[in-house]
Amino acid sequence: MTTQGPKPRPPRRRLTPEGSRAFPERMERTAIPPFSVFLEEHRSLVYRFLAATIGRDNADDAFQETFLSALKAYPRLRPDSNLRAWVMAIATNKAMDHGRRVQRRAVPVAEVPERAAPPQDDGADPGLWAAVRELPPLQRAAVVHRYVLDLPYAEVAEAIGTSEEAARANAYEGRKKLRAALKGTEGR
Amino acid sequence: MTNIDAALRRLDQDAEDPSRQAAAAFADAARTAGLLDVAYATVDSPFGPLLLAATRRGLVRLAYPNEPVDDALQELAAEVSPRVLESPAALDDLRRQLDEYFDGGRSRFDTRIDWSLTKGFTTRVLRATARVPFGRVTTYREVAGKAGNDRAYRAAGNALGSNPIPIVVPCHRVLHSGGGLGGYTGGLDRKEFLLRLEGVLD
Repeated sequence: MTTQGPKPRPPRRRLTPEGSRAFPERMERTAIPPFSVFLEEHRSLVYRFLAATIGRDNADDAFQETFLSALKAYPRLRPDSNLRAWVMAIATNKAMDHGRRVQRRAVPVAEVPERAAPPQDDGADPGLWAAVRELPPLQRAAVVHRYVLDLPYAEVAEAIGTSEEAARANAYEGRKKLRAALKGTEGR
Repeated sequence: MTNIDAALRRLDQDAEDPSRQAAAAFADAARTAGLLDVAYATVDSPFGPLLLAATRRGLVRLAYPNEPVDDALQELAAEVSPRVLESPAALDDLRRQLDEYFDGGRSRFDTRIDWSLTKGFTTRVLRATARVPFGRVTTYREVAGKAGNDRAYRAAGNALGSNPIPIVVPCHRVLHSGGGLGGYTGGLDRKEFLLRLEGVLD
């Protein structure tokens, strides 16, 4: 279940809103924007991430949890924070929490597959979607950030709370497993 | 580009509609969680859409359509709290009261006021102004006196000019001692319209 990256993964640093690093990127900001503006700017990306990671059925609840956590911590945010990286870190934590809850519930009924609907009705390969749900949480999040949403590794690292190297390793390992799984289904 | 990358891209769905619905539902969740510090909404009026903003303490801001909404929200975020969300439900009652006022069916507003955006003499002038009833008028000198300094009528004029809650805090009911209408930040035609609505002007 653990990641086999080329380098040992540093201790997992959970990016809670309270503990999130704020890195100066947009220095022109002098004050944090009204939360309504922040929500409007990031709602779509957060939703896309959640739908692709835990399925559309679970995305709504995780969306509310993500923005409630963000709202709670928002007044203490530094004005020069990278807001996108910050909210994606919170969304990643919520998606991983969801994954752990599902895993715990699934133990006694291991034969029953998780019934998360794919992020969309058509287009998505059901075999791939099943394989994505099999990935360890960190690899799943890294793959979605990097290969589904096309985010740069610096932001993937910030979102999943690892170094950039570990983010690359997780995305690489995850993609490798998915490729193997996809080949498997095509071969049948 | 291998199969896997294309297949992964297809997991990305267009989330415009579901995320808009989720964002609209979020204001209620925030309110229930006690995390909504500033709720805002718009209400139609004869002047165009008015922006209303309220805290738990009361109405904190009313902006005419010529004021950019973004600027008003930014000011609220900086001066009151950045926990600002659009929540028509939180302002339902006040929106109804304003509708009734513009329809000529309401002569006073039942709402508490949050004076967070003003201080000192300005707040005292506006508090005095808030007590001037519908259909009556007063003078700059009089509200200056009620605020503690009847010679400061020019400062009182400035205070009224910076009224963050026009209409509900009726600065349009304050006129020159000589009988002139005086000024109005929202434009003198608006002052005349409101005084006509209240039966002060023909």
